[in-house]
Amino acid sequence: MCSMYGSFRVLLQVLSAQLLCVWVLGSELTFELPDNAKQCFYEDIIIGTKCTLEFQVVTGGHYDVDCRLEDPEGTTLYKEMKKQYDSFTFTAAKNGTYKFCFSNEFSTFTHKTVYFDFQVGDDPPLFPNENRVTALTQMESACVSIHEALKSVIDYQTHFRLREAQGRSRAEDLNTRVAFWSIGEAIILLVVSISQVVLLRSFFSDRKTTTTRVGS
Amino acid sequence: MVYVALLCPRRRSESLLTLSLSLPGRKMVSVSMRSCVLSLLLLNVFYNVVSSLYFHIGETEKKCFIEEIPDETMIIGNYRTQLYDKQREEYLPATQGLGMFVEVKDPDDKVILSRQYGSEGRFTFTSHTPGEHQICLHSNSSKFSLFAGGMLRVHLDIQVGEHANNYAEIAAKDKLTELQLRVRQLVEQVDQIQKEQNYQRYREERFRQTSESTNQRVLWWSIVQTLILVAIGIWQMRHLKSFFEAKKLV
Repeated sequence: MCSMYGSFRVLLQVLSAQLLCVWVLGSELTFELPDNAKQCFYEDIIIGTKCTLEFQVVTGGHYDVDCRLEDPEGTTLYKEMKKQYDSFTFTAAKNGTYKFCFSNEFSTFTHKTVYFDFQVGDDPPLFPNENRVTALTQMESACVSIHEALKSVIDYQTHFRLREAQGRSRAEDLNTRVAFWSIGEAIILLVVSISQVVLLRSFFSDRKTTTTRVGS
Repeated sequence: MVYVALLCPRRRSESLLTLSLSLPGRKMVSVSMRSCVLSLLLLNVFYNVVSSLYFHIGETEKKCFIEEIPDETMIIGNYRTQLYDKQREEYLPATQGLGMFVEVKDPDDKVILSRQYGSEGRFTFTSHTPGEHQICLHSNSSKFSLFAGGMLRVHLDIQVGEHANNYAEIAAKDKLTELQLRVRQLVEQVDQIQKEQNYQRYREERFRQTSESTNQRVLWWSIVQTLILVAIGIWQMRHLKSFFEAKKLV
């Protein structure tokens, strides 16, 4: 009957949902930081938004990195050197571009893989309701609490995955190192023992010629 | 709704909630209102919803991001580029000639997506093997003078698994009520948790194999080295004894 009206209404809702999605989002990225390198990320934040920066070093060296967070005027809000993982929450006191940098400049030859999660504001509501004046029904509030609990489960899973990746990379590193050093040591052992014998033989050969010359 | 209210002017007699399209014999809606909404939608689609997290990339630089994901997981990446304009001293949307080359490699180092997109793009792929996928971006500036010593600003947003779902679209397509949509979201989330748990089991197995291999290697190489040591010792003594006997020193 009024299907075109219905679809237009849905069109409006889609538009609103899309527009709302622009303002509040979180970014989660894993990237490789070469040695002696620095990587900066920037984000425009509105005043009063609660933001969280969380990072963890996944592979590389001593699993540590320098992290620094600055506000639009350059004031350092957070600065830590050689940290393995940390979480920092702040409320934006100014409008503008916030910058956070990860630095591996203290390392000479190890590449690091760094994971970070920068949450700005809260998640957008699922279905922006134009007539949401009443409170949520019991079913809806149950859904909301399950959603929050599942979000924290996924968060824990991510942290577990990162820690497991760290352990796994250490184990694989150890495995290759054991192989190389075992072969290396066996070769060194052979080389040293054979050269010991050769050297000893050469001592006795020399003395014999000198003694015969002195004798005659 | 508030954005539509602010951006699309309407007459006092209209109400946003009782709009209907202009069909013969039915209530008429102002053409300007409808076209405004449609143009907003088009504008929004054109500018694309991209998170405002950005970073700078040099001309020949290649930036790679790693995503460790279970199999059958969809990843949607959105990016938008801006070039530094020296005259205006600000970053403006890049010109048409500038594109980004996107390359995605699966855990076995096989390329699963290798395409060039314009200055703004959206790439999607689904993983078929669990593990670390590498998403690399680099610019393909054909004209050297485009960068002119400046940097290219890239806005990037990568959505993984359940976050990649566009719930508004799903609601519209399947005509779900709010409660149904919430339940659908919960189902997707639980699905993602399940996939991640499966992947974790596979990872733990690999970890266990690596540890057992290290254990075996340590055991065998210790035995081999001890045997080499003993054998070398015996050979040395025998060789030297025969050498000294030959030299008539013993």
